[in-house]
Amino acid sequence: MVAPRVRPRLGRDEWLMGGGLLVLALYLAITLLVPLALMLTKSVQDREGAFVGLANFAQYFTNPALSGAIGNSLWVSALATAITIALAFGYAYALNRSCIPFKGFFRLVAMLPLLAPSLLSAIALVYLFGNQGALKGWLFGESIYGPIGIVIGSVFWTFPHALIIISTALATADARLYEASESLGASRWRTFTVVTLSGARYGLISALFVVFTLVITDFGVPKVVGGQFNMLATDIYKQVVGQQNFQMGAVVSLLLLLPAVLAFFVERWAQRRQISSLSSRAVPYRPKPSPVRDLALLGFVGLVALVILGILGMAAFASFAKLWPYNLSLTLSHYDFSNADGGSWASYGNSIRLALYTAVSGSLVVFVGAYLVEKTRVAKPLRTATHLLALIPMAVPGMVLGLAYIFFFNAPGNPLNFLYGTMAILVLATIAHFYTVSHLTALTALKQLDPEFESVSAALKTPFYRTFWRVTTPMCLPAILDIAIYFFINAMTTVSAVVFLYAPHTTLASVAVLNMDDAGDTAPAAAMAMLIVYTSAGVRLLHAWLSRWLLRRTQAWRLQGR
Amino acid sequence: MKFATVFGVLLLAGVAFAAQARTELIVYTAVEADELAKFKQAIEADHPDLDIKWVRDSTGIITAKLLAEKANPQADVVWGLAVTGLKLLADQGYFQSYAPKGVETLDPQYVDKANPPQWVGQRAWVASLCLNTVEAEKLKLPTPTSWQDLTKPEFKGKVVMPNPNSSGTGFLDVSAWIQMWGEEKAWKYMDGLHENIAQYTHSGSKPCKMAAAGEVPVGISFAYRGAQEKSKGAPVEVIAPKEGVGWDLESFAIVKGTKKLEAAKQLADWSVTRKANELYNEGYAVVAMPGVAKPVPNYPAGIAEKMIKNDFEWAAKHREAVLAEWAKRYDGKSEPKK
Repeated sequence: MVAPRVRPRLGRDEWLMGGGLLVLALYLAITLLVPLALMLTKSVQDREGAFVGLANFAQYFTNPALSGAIGNSLWVSALATAITIALAFGYAYALNRSCIPFKGFFRLVAMLPLLAPSLLSAIALVYLFGNQGALKGWLFGESIYGPIGIVIGSVFWTFPHALIIISTALATADARLYEASESLGASRWRTFTVVTLSGARYGLISALFVVFTLVITDFGVPKVVGGQFNMLATDIYKQVVGQQNFQMGAVVSLLLLLPAVLAFFVERWAQRRQISSLSSRAVPYRPKPSPVRDLALLGFVGLVALVILGILGMAAFASFAKLWPYNLSLTLSHYDFSNADGGSWASYGNSIRLALYTAVSGSLVVFVGAYLVEKTRVAKPLRTATHLLALIPMAVPGMVLGLAYIFFFNAPGNPLNFLYGTMAILVLATIAHFYTVSHLTALTALKQLDPEFESVSAALKTPFYRTFWRVTTPMCLPAILDIAIYFFINAMTTVSAVVFLYAPHTTLASVAVLNMDDAGDTAPAAAMAMLIVYTSAGVRLLHAWLSRWLLRRTQAWRLQGR
Repeated sequence: MKFATVFGVLLLAGVAFAAQARTELIVYTAVEADELAKFKQAIEADHPDLDIKWVRDSTGIITAKLLAEKANPQADVVWGLAVTGLKLLADQGYFQSYAPKGVETLDPQYVDKANPPQWVGQRAWVASLCLNTVEAEKLKLPTPTSWQDLTKPEFKGKVVMPNPNSSGTGFLDVSAWIQMWGEEKAWKYMDGLHENIAQYTHSGSKPCKMAAAGEVPVGISFAYRGAQEKSKGAPVEVIAPKEGVGWDLESFAIVKGTKKLEAAKQLADWSVTRKANELYNEGYAVVAMPGVAKPVPNYPAGIAEKMIKNDFEWAAKHREAVLAEWAKRYDGKSEPKK
């Protein structure tokens, strides 16, 4: 006889959590899936909205002025990625596998580019290597406007992203492998290739694709130093903002989406492999001092850190110089933005507001969402679907998302049309744009908690939301704070999605940098970019202080048993 | 909970905003950013119930934006936009006819012939070259006095010009060359010029700012920008090429269907006053009201005589075709050959 299948009775908790999950799935569908789907349909329509099949694509590919950008984007991104990965690997190797001094300082310096919009590096490059650049001679007569500038600028701002991933991969290693290699008489080079490189291979692959996606979808750097060199990301901007040709913008967006989606899948695959590579019996590897190696690595790391500080320092100096290059006396006049485009100091205020709203509501949505995805015991397909939805933003370039939002929210029949041109749509777009990393951070934190908490509270008939509020949230506070700061800094620095969505009373600081540079006001643009850096740095410091305080107050449980 | 607070604050802000008594006018403009604050202040001083909200970008961008919003216009007034762009929109029935009080005091050649007019001219902005004298000295460059000079080999990679697709200043140059020399000769000239161009910029003032900073020695720009940079102490000379210089007319028009017609008319009335014309004259040498203009410091001598006989009808009608041809010839090429 077949035993009757026991269906667990759905209690109030299950209904509530299932309902919450449904709301979240709908939210993600509206702010992500539907706009993107709508954008795809725009690429096969003409300006009046009639279906034209692949006519737009045909027009794109028969116009060499447009299609030439594909090749340009690919080779420039590939080159920038190769350089970034090589530099970041060396840097991460020195931080994790050597005994160089001042590791904390070097780690800090390497993270600095995260605080600035990508535009900043490009502006600094104009001051460093432009025709009046301080170090113009270093380019041997080549022009910074074009591929050279794009590659250097991209390496600067993607470097910390690569470093974080590779550093994680190099941080843990099994010392037994090194002992084995040594006792088998392998040369140091062979040990390096067979043990070190192969141990970090998934981290490297992951970093490779992350950086490639960042470079090919970035538009700040090519906009400023690209000169007449066309790239896909700048073409979307030119088509949409310059010619209001939204359909062609959609075509280019689709082309940009392809490499990003491919990179996304490879990256996910590599991530999964990376996690399982270390067994529980591994002995952590500890580097031993080696004067020659350490000195060489210190020199390398010092050089990279110097370049990073140099680029930032150049932008800071340019923002104070009265009339570059003829009058270098210092002035604060470039920080008076009222005579330039971009919306003046109001833009800075708007950016702060956007960052705050995004940090608060974003971390709330993401954390509650991740909790529901992780802990709901019913509606498995819905959980999986929601999780997949949350992963999409990683593969969607910001410009594509911004364009999709125009199509969706500005459609006359859409009941959400009232959001168009408001601060709220900027908040929605920014949360959607940076959803994935936040979601994964929250999931990781939740997975660290013992599932017994839920079982116990269920047994005690405590509603799940009380456990969530009294136990889960306090225990995960450091992660929530990390998510908030991630949202805050990205909202301050992002240009790509919001450049299509800001309105006269919601101009943003990062977009102001772009518009001021476009009008030739390079010094005020540098000033505004530096203002963003100072703000992000200040908030980052506050975050560090708050985290430490919280760790002492609420995280004592982590220390037990050590 | 926090979300509710944020939402509440937003809502309150919205209510407070709506409760304001002043009428907010959305005004699309291509007037230079450093002049807008001055105009806003002057307008609001005379009409305290108006609240001017500028939406500023380069001429081509504003024109494209207006075209894209045709079905559902967002602007109440278009103000200080090139008439060649305005006419294109006027022909599509974009504007509300209105004769501002006092429009008869303006020079009739600067006002739409229709009665009542659809658009009213404010002032002319005129092409000029900006030459960085320090860099020219260093590079032993001769001072260019004509457009043809810029195609000489010694200027290879030394000239920056605005992209006419986005910049009104770029378009008025191209339009003037074609009107002066005829299609064939003008495109041949531009082919030659293209060989010497280091970069095409988004905005019409950037070439002059780049020249002022020495980033390139020569910028094809307009007189106001050159004069401003010179006044700020940049080592630039502002030159009006001898063949003649292109110009366009900054003009305004009321968008048909605006919900704020009365306020828009107030702005229109203000814009033809003597006071307004005196303000226009602070930066521009040629204004719509006769007898107002005084010489502007640092403008090239005799620039008014060099202004070409400009056929706006022709320019507006051929704008799209000329821009498409330009883009086909020069936009797609990556770096000009060395």
